[in-house]
Amino acid sequence: MSKPEPKKVITHHDKDPDELRVIGRPRRRVDGRAKVTGQTVFADDMKLPRMVHAKIVRSPHPHAAIRSIDVTAALQAPGVLLVLTGADMPIPYGILPVSQDEHPLCPDVARFVGDPVAAVIAETEEAADAAMPLVAIEWEPLTTVASAEEALSTPEPRIHEYGDDGNVHKRIALQFGDVEESLGKSVHVFEDVFFYEGNTHLPIEQHATLAARDGDGKLVVWSSTQTPHYLHRALAKALDFPAHQVRVIATPNGGGFGGKSDPFNHEVVAAKAALVLDRPVKICLTREEVFYCHRGRHPVKMRFRTGTDADGNITAMDLETLLDGGAYGSYGVASTFYTGALQTVTYEIPRYRFRACRTFTNKPPCGPKRGHGTVQPRFGQEVQLDKIAVAVGKNPADLRLQQLCKPDTLTANYLTVGTIGLRQCIDAVVDGSSFRDRWQKLPEGRGLGIACSSYLCGAGLPIYWNAMPHSGVQLRLDRMGAVTAFCGATEIGQGSDDVLAACVAEVLGIAADDIHIRTGATDTTPIDLGSYSSRVTLMMGNAAIEAAERAKTLLVGAAARKLGIPPSRIALADRRVFDVEDPEKVGMSFRDACCAAEAEHGTLGTVGSYAPPRSPARFKGGGVGPSPTYSYSAAVVEVEVDPVTGWLHVPKIWIAHDVGRSLNPVLVRGQVEGSVYMGLGEAIMEEQVFRRLPAKMSNAAVHKFPSMLEYKSPTSLDMPEIVTYVIEDPDPKGPFGAKEVGQGPLLPIMPAVANAVFDAVGVRIDETPITAEKIARALDLRDKGKDARVGPKAFPSIDWPEGLEVPPPWEGGDGRATNDPKAKHYRAPEERGQEMMSDAARQKATAAQRASQSKSGRVSKEVRS
Amino acid sequence: MNDGSPPDPTPLGRKLLMELHVNGETQEVAFLPHETLLEVLRERMDLPGTKHGCELGECGACAVLVDGRPELSCLRLAIECGDAEVTTVEGLIRDGQLDPIQEAFADLGGAQCGYCTPGILVTARALLDENPSPDRDEIAEALSGNLCRCTGYLQIFESVEEAARVGAASSATGEVTS
Repeated sequence: MSKPEPKKVITHHDKDPDELRVIGRPRRRVDGRAKVTGQTVFADDMKLPRMVHAKIVRSPHPHAAIRSIDVTAALQAPGVLLVLTGADMPIPYGILPVSQDEHPLCPDVARFVGDPVAAVIAETEEAADAAMPLVAIEWEPLTTVASAEEALSTPEPRIHEYGDDGNVHKRIALQFGDVEESLGKSVHVFEDVFFYEGNTHLPIEQHATLAARDGDGKLVVWSSTQTPHYLHRALAKALDFPAHQVRVIATPNGGGFGGKSDPFNHEVVAAKAALVLDRPVKICLTREEVFYCHRGRHPVKMRFRTGTDADGNITAMDLETLLDGGAYGSYGVASTFYTGALQTVTYEIPRYRFRACRTFTNKPPCGPKRGHGTVQPRFGQEVQLDKIAVAVGKNPADLRLQQLCKPDTLTANYLTVGTIGLRQCIDAVVDGSSFRDRWQKLPEGRGLGIACSSYLCGAGLPIYWNAMPHSGVQLRLDRMGAVTAFCGATEIGQGSDDVLAACVAEVLGIAADDIHIRTGATDTTPIDLGSYSSRVTLMMGNAAIEAAERAKTLLVGAAARKLGIPPSRIALADRRVFDVEDPEKVGMSFRDACCAAEAEHGTLGTVGSYAPPRSPARFKGGGVGPSPTYSYSAAVVEVEVDPVTGWLHVPKIWIAHDVGRSLNPVLVRGQVEGSVYMGLGEAIMEEQVFRRLPAKMSNAAVHKFPSMLEYKSPTSLDMPEIVTYVIEDPDPKGPFGAKEVGQGPLLPIMPAVANAVFDAVGVRIDETPITAEKIARALDLRDKGKDARVGPKAFPSIDWPEGLEVPPPWEGGDGRATNDPKAKHYRAPEERGQEMMSDAARQKATAAQRASQSKSGRVSKEVRS
Repeated sequence: MNDGSPPDPTPLGRKLLMELHVNGETQEVAFLPHETLLEVLRERMDLPGTKHGCELGECGACAVLVDGRPELSCLRLAIECGDAEVTTVEGLIRDGQLDPIQEAFADLGGAQCGYCTPGILVTARALLDENPSPDRDEIAEALSGNLCRCTGYLQIFESVEEAARVGAASSATGEVTS
């Protein structure tokens, strides 16, 4: 049986901006009114009759076995209706199929301070609160692992029984071409070690969930989740409840940033309690508990060994990363791959090796935060490029411009790059900031730094393997002229409801706020995988265009027959359906066209769906990194640094982002500036850090400051002036040419700050956050004639597995590993026999292929030689 | 029943009945003596527009106006508010018309997820009532106790500036906006 041809995706990327009535025009977002009147209903705003409240008893120990739990006293407390423990929900779950390592309540071992152990459900929140201390738990404290290095050196006790070995969750080793050979031949080899500190999302809304049994006995769960479909799957599994009898409704999220993308223990607990009690159960986390939910930025140590030619062009890169994963898997395996996936889509890297290791530690689990896993290595890569520029005597903007990836090419690790607006991005921020005139020329204490980045427009694969669409949109039209758009996408503040409305409205010739939007409810809306990986605009947008085009066909056909003209002459705009040759006289209202179509076809409804193109990567691990296309950003940051105290001030940032096309420029600017803000926070102040209690107090690792007051984030007084350039180069893969904008512009900020600090006072801060204290320390080192740098000294020795060898496309590779015995297409070297290309033949093929890929004809140094 | 003198001592754990003046209306409300204004507004008075982000006075999401001044309702006991006029985000709409500040936030990207928005709107309203044409620094200063994780604050500043412009224009023509 032959596979069906992939369907053609209509994106309308080639539309002239003047033709578009909705897309590209600044508008109030469709949910804007509700958000300013207090009418947006967040999860904790909901109330149901007979509703009761749940509170979770959490571990005070970072690592401890549960000897026993006695709930008798708690059950007898006033108002208490139910106490749940791990024994009530024995089935594990987790976001990734490969790490189903969480329980709603720990059955035998708690793995971090804050791990849930028991739940008290009572008539009031206060009664539940009062009964929590009555849950008697006998603990047996275990050795605590507090950092990735400790995890490597402390294989026992194991935090989990699964994973590669000891407290190593996952090791990855991939090589695209012979990197050591290239490094050996390179004019320069730069070796740098960086550390990126963990930090957290800090959404202002605390996670909340309301669960109930419907009148017909089905389970319904309202929750502040970014991923209702994945939560739906986890609930059905963990509760052993029929999936088709569950509905999950994602309430608008009061900020997500990745922190509400996992299915959470409190969601399962509320659902279980609602089933047992047959009463609605609500839980709203305290701010301290939100810090324990975490799933934020992994602390990552990394080493880059990068070879260049005399001009600073990269010849090869060898990247190692070590991740502190915290206590559970979460998205961690994906995060680990992401620490090496996107190095290649910004600048040409002819040969690339990537090795990564994720460890388990006794801290809140890390996961996806805005820029998921790519932020940390981007910091290292862009700071190292700055060092390379200084070493080879180039302006760092030019160093980047001379080796940008070429559009519509494959990278060494088989990522398909589409349009690239990075040149325009760099030009915009360089011109805007007068970078060429001012870099290295400002007085001591003032400096400019530049950095660039790239990000996904949606992950190429879903988190569980399936061949179904990633996003679906359903439209309902009726004789009132009403259009309702249904989609499982989740509004987390980024404007996904507005994207849905805009795409449908543009095609149907009506206004965005004419449309009823119904999103994020797994019983009524077609499945969309959720608001993560910057996937919604591209995937939902394309599904929306398909559904709207199908509806348009019905309307056009019916209107054409009614008007007695061929369908090709019909257009839709301004709530009218009309003859393009006589728009004023021959036509009808949109509502009349709906009536005509409903009379002709019966009840009107259409659907559209989207799945990303298949990636050419055929090696194990090649599933993380592919995306339909990539967004690009460039930033210049200006800093003022006190050369004595290290006091750091950021007065101005220039940011340019290649968004393909702005669907709503107001929201695009908001996403860019919001990303810059969050990046600046990570650059200069935000850190989720832990401290060890004294030995007499258990030596445990505890969160240093799980509160908003002490976890420092930028306030209105900390914001610099931001100059935003939106680069529009419509991408054929995106709806109306649009790419993502919610995550990419965060990435260049941290390295640009670090590079600006170097320009200002000549010291390198090779770790985040870049604080006055660290700058002062580096200045002190400089004054003593030592290496003026603060950052990790060395990268630990890791026992790497033999890596998969995947020759790059220009070395005869076909996307498969040549040495993977587990791959079904694997053939042992002896079987491959003469097919193995000789070195000489491979070099020749390389040269030819790279020359044909590269419009400028620039090829890597080794190939030329 | 409320003449400004402290209510009769009520045993903890027993609700008291008190009149509160919120958004121009007077309601008789039963609540426990230790409940915060935030809790009473949200849970006893069906006014969930006011949000909470920490319940410790750190984030500013719960700001409401108490006699025209922005206060953190999570740090204020409702029992103290018997004589006060409280304004929440629900009270910014007058005669079915959005306050210019609401219009501006909706149009100019001042609200993204919308969760910090109610607290910021009332705080900005208080600023404009006191200083109808604040400069950027004054706006930033006034909002420095309200954390927003979405916007990066700049579109919030612009929204307040736009509301100030609209306010100045309408007061020039004699209209009353607030």
